[in-house]
Order: sequence, then structure tokens, then C-alpha cells
Amino acid sequence: MSDTVVKVSDLQYRVAGRAIFDGLDLEARRGRVTAIMGPSGTGKTTLLRLITGQVKPDRGRVEVFGQHVASLRKPELYALRRRMGMLFQNGALLTDLNVFENVAFPVREHARLPEAVLRQLVLTKLHAVGLRGAADLMPAELSGGMARRVALARAIVMDPELLIYDEPFVGLDPISMSVIVRLIRELNDALGITSIVVSHDVDELASIAHHSYLLSGGKVVADGSPAQLRDSPLEVVRQFMSGEPDGPVPFHYPAPDYHAQLLGKHEVGRSGDRS
Amino acid sequence: MKSQRSLELGTGLFVLLGFAALFFLTTQLPGSGMSVGGATGYKVTARFDNIGDLKGGSPVSMAGVRIGRVESVAFDSGDYRAVVTLRIDPQYDRIPDDSDASIQTQGLLGGKYVGIGPGGSDTYLKDGSQIEFTQSAIVLESLVNKFFANFASKGSEGEKPQ
Amino acid sequence: MITATLQRIGAVGVFLGRVLAQCGPALLRPRAVVHQIYNAGARSLIIIMLCGLFVGMVLGLQGFDLLQRFGSEDALGVAAALGLLKELGPVVTALLFAGRAGTALTSEIGLMRATDQLTAMEMMAVDPLRHVVAPRFLGGVIAMPLLVAVFNVIGLFGAQLIGVQVMGVDTGAFWSQMQSAVELDDVNEGIVKSLCFGIACSLIAVYEGYTAKPTAEGVGLATTRTVVISSVLTLLLDYMLTAAFLGR
Repeated sequence: MSDTVVKVSDLQYRVAGRAIFDGLDLEARRGRVTAIMGPSGTGKTTLLRLITGQVKPDRGRVEVFGQHVASLRKPELYALRRRMGMLFQNGALLTDLNVFENVAFPVREHARLPEAVLRQLVLTKLHAVGLRGAADLMPAELSGGMARRVALARAIVMDPELLIYDEPFVGLDPISMSVIVRLIRELNDALGITSIVVSHDVDELASIAHHSYLLSGGKVVADGSPAQLRDSPLEVVRQFMSGEPDGPVPFHYPAPDYHAQLLGKHEVGRSGDRS
Repeated sequence: MKSQRSLELGTGLFVLLGFAALFFLTTQLPGSGMSVGGATGYKVTARFDNIGDLKGGSPVSMAGVRIGRVESVAFDSGDYRAVVTLRIDPQYDRIPDDSDASIQTQGLLGGKYVGIGPGGSDTYLKDGSQIEFTQSAIVLESLVNKFFANFASKGSEGEKPQ
Repeated sequence: MITATLQRIGAVGVFLGRVLAQCGPALLRPRAVVHQIYNAGARSLIIIMLCGLFVGMVLGLQGFDLLQRFGSEDALGVAAALGLLKELGPVVTALLFAGRAGTALTSEIGLMRATDQLTAMEMMAVDPLRHVVAPRFLGGVIAMPLLVAVFNVIGLFGAQLIGVQVMGVDTGAFWSQMQSAVELDDVNEGIVKSLCFGIACSLIAVYEGYTAKPTAEGVGLATTRTVVISSVLTLLLDYMLTAAFLGR
């Protein structure tokens, strides 16, 4: 079997006429952590939706495990998704179930296991994220970092081959953050799975990613190991990696000339019309 | 789990209550249809020139007390009269066979019912008997029409009635 | 504007088809459906009973006042029973259902959408239509006729309370006239109406929640739309069904 788990080629996707992606190519290799970085608003989350088949591209292909995602029918898509796990930004735990039942949920849906086996399986996964003691809590009683770890336990409970993380570091305190960072790499290595991490936290990604892609303007502007990206001569990469406020990604949203506008020479839409 | 049990209990009570209400509505309210104990008693027939809007299920009463129901209403194409089958409750088995039946109205807008006035005979109505003396329904509209027709012809001779 | 409305109606229709297709599998999990019957039915029971009582009492007062002018106050039972069975029971219950259970359904499903719970289910290869939407839809559809029946019985009791106990209509006349004038078809008309309203109101509630914009504002907006659309749809359907029943 091929070494490439996810392969995106010549991807184009438009929302309301605006191209989010225009000729995007990238791939994720088996057993490695692939990072997808980019400034806010470059459609990183949209890319995940394309990879998981929630939306269909306007042009180009997304292949996962060698299957052309957009051409799959619902049962085939669901079969494919059972080989993937996904961690959402806010955890997306089911609020009416407690922690244990949340992790048990996909197992109960897809496998008929004896209750004792199920219990063992769920507790093992909860132990792996360090929350075996929180099994009886409700999602509302968890902190943001704990909720994300429970969601991680749920994502790995079906032993997926591909794990996808959507902004796993957003809004966490430094301790929770380092816990998540460690977990991503440990799970990847221990379970031998393939990981895709979407984020804009350069330093955290640098410590765990094997390979990184930097997106900007709807395509990949640079890729390579974290070290290679750091030493990239491209200005857009340097700006992003070191967090400079202005550069190829401008500080100002496109606007008419400042002086002219202040002097009232341009009509400004007051209704908030952005067109 | 405790909460699960109380939830199921609550749902059970609700469903029970709902079905009890449905049962009440379907069986206790309608006069026709599946009314309880409606098939007992004996049948007699009566022929009327006009029965108004008398329907199956309308009450049959004697001296204001309900003694049965109208079982069915049919039309006899031989003599152009309405044949009404009455089902009288079994305990009222001493109604003289020369009694008369009339179709009456409950209040001004109420439904029609069959009123039975006792005769003087020593023999009683039994299953299959026919009531010979009948008085038809007074149809309110024809009464009103007649009244206005008279009124119009008397009051304004110059104008054509209708 | 017109094409947008048509498109919307079409979308709701397609959605109904998809939900119906999942209702069978959803029935295999009776526990989830029981839970939703509880949410939609048992939790609306108190407000339904209270409103039924007052509507019945108003019918008793108004009906008595009107019928007395024709000397037919004995027909109060018929008037109240027909008014409740054919119109007020199904319609008022559906309006209350839209406000009480419908909004709860919309905001619950909308919040699940806003917090990615529905997407998470899809990612776990679990169809949210089967797991979340279908049980709630079924719960509403099953609960509605039962709520209407309870409303009607309580309403009749309320009308009887005012008509007989307060206004002095004869008890026997009240019930016997009712029994002789009300036919099984009248009861059936009410049941058919309540089923239709149950399907319409539950469908609108789950549809609005499922398609709500995944923001706090979007969920709020969807909740408002549920009440407005369900109410209008209920009254529109009521007219159409009444016309159909009268035309038979």
C-alpha cells in the first residue's frame, strides 16, 4: 500500500465567488505528523472539511487512503470516516452524555461489545489522556483543556488510522497546551497513526511536526521540516514564522487611500457593506 | 439510573393519560359508532312523510326521558316516505302498540329527536313492530317561508311575491 | 423572493423525506424516542391542561351567552364539544406546542450545530438525522395527538364547569345532547388535524434547528422562525383540512 495517506491535488474551492483555495497541493504520509499552518482566514478549517468529505471541491481531487473523497456515496464516506478520528476546536462533546458515555458513544454505535469489554476499552483511552478519574463528570463541568482531552480520547477510541486536529491549541493555558502537544506526538508514535494538525501556533507545531505546510492566498507557499521553514528565504514565510505585524500579509485590510477617505473624497458605505 | 426511571415513569403516565383521553373522546362522545351497550334492546319502525335532519344516533324519548336511539334512516321508494328504525332500550318493554311517534326539535337550534306519545292499547310494541301514527318534522324554513309568503301577498298587493 | 420561498419549501420537503427515511431505524432505539416523548409531551402537559381548562371555560361562557338568545342553551354541550374537537383543541394545542416544545427542539438542535456536536457525529460516521433529529421528530408527532386529546377532555370539563355548575344548564341535557350530536367523524377530524399539526410543527422545529446558522444569533433567529412558521402553517393547514372535511 502507498505511503501517502492523504493526497490533495490542484484543489480549487470557492465560497460566494471568492476562491478560498486555488491550485492547492499537499500530502500527508503514513505515521507522520503533518502540520498545516497559515494566517487566520486562509481556510485551514475549510481544508479539513474538504479532506473529511463534508464539502466538495469545485476542482481537483482529495484522496484519503487512496479513495477519491468527493465521489463517495454516503455509506462509503461513513466507512471511510470510521478510519479517521477528528478533534474539534471546542471538543464538540455531546452535552447530554457524561465523559464515559461520550467516549463510549462511537463504540456503542458501531460495535456490539459486551459491557465489561467496552468499559475496559473506554477506561484505557481515558487513562491515556489522563482523565480516567473524570469519567463520571458531565461536559459542562470540564475545563477547556480537559474537554479537548476527552474529545481526543473519543477520537482514538475506534483506533483510527488518521487523526485530524482542528486548532488544538487555541485558548489553552500553558499547562494544558503542553499536555495536548505531548499527547499528539505520543499518540502518533505509540499508535502508529497518521496525524494532520491545523494551527497557527508556530512554536508548538515546530516541536511535534515532521513536515509543515504554510498556506497563504489559497495555495501552499512553502513546505518542509520546521527547521527548513524557519530558514526559508521567502519573506511571507519569515513574516509568519517570526510574527511580524506587517509584510506580505498586510496589517491593513484593503481600503481606499487613508488621507483621501478622511478628507471625505470617497463615499464610505455606512451600512457595513463590504463589497 | 434514577433520573432515567423517573423519566420513563413520567412518559408512561403521559402516554396513559393521552390514550385515556383519546378513548374517552372516541367512545363516550359520539352517539353513533362504537358507543358502549348500543346493540341491546328491540327494534321498531316508523314511517314519516318528512324527517327533517333526523339522523342515526338521535335520541328517542318518551315524556322527556330518553328510552332509545334512532338506529337507521332509510327511504322507501315505493311510497316516498322515510323509514326510521328505532332501537328501544330493553327495560322499556311496556309501550302500547298504538302509541304515536313524532319528530321534534330540542330548542330552536337543537337537534331533532323522536318523541313517543303513549296510546291506550293493552298490547305492547315488540321487536319488529311498526308505529302506525306518526307526525312529521316541522321544518323551520318552510314555516318561515310560508309566513313570509302570506305576509308579502297581504302587505303589498302590487309586488309579485318572490 | 418567490423562487427563494419555493426553494425553501423544497428544502423542507427533501428534509422531511430524509427524516422519514431515518424514522424506522430510530424506532429501533425506543429509549431515545421515549425520552423525546417526555420532552415534547410530558413537559408540555401542565401548560396544555391549564390552557385547555380556560379555553373550555370561555367556551362555556360565550356559548351559553349566545345560545341563550335562541333559547337553546341545552345545546351548550354540543357547541363546546364540536368547537373543541374540530378546531380549538388541535389549533390551540399546536400553537402552544410550537411555543413550548418547538422552540426547545430548535434551540437544542441549533446549539448542537453551533457547538459542532452534529459535525462531530458525522465525523464518527453516525448520522445525526438518525440519532438526533428523527427521535425528536417522532417524539413530537406521537405527543401531539395525545396532548390534543388531553386538552379536549379538560376543555369539556371546563365548559361543563361553567355551563352546568355556574350557569345552570341541565347536566343530562349537556351530555346527552353532546352525545347525540357529536359523531365519530367529528372526533376523527380532530385526530387527523392533530396528527397533521404534529408532523408540521415537529418538522419545522427540527428543520430550523438543523439548518440554523452555527452562531448564538443564528440559533436565536431560528427559534423565532420556528414559532412564526409553525403558527402560520398550523392555521393554513387548519383551513385546508377543514375545507377538505366539509367537502366530503
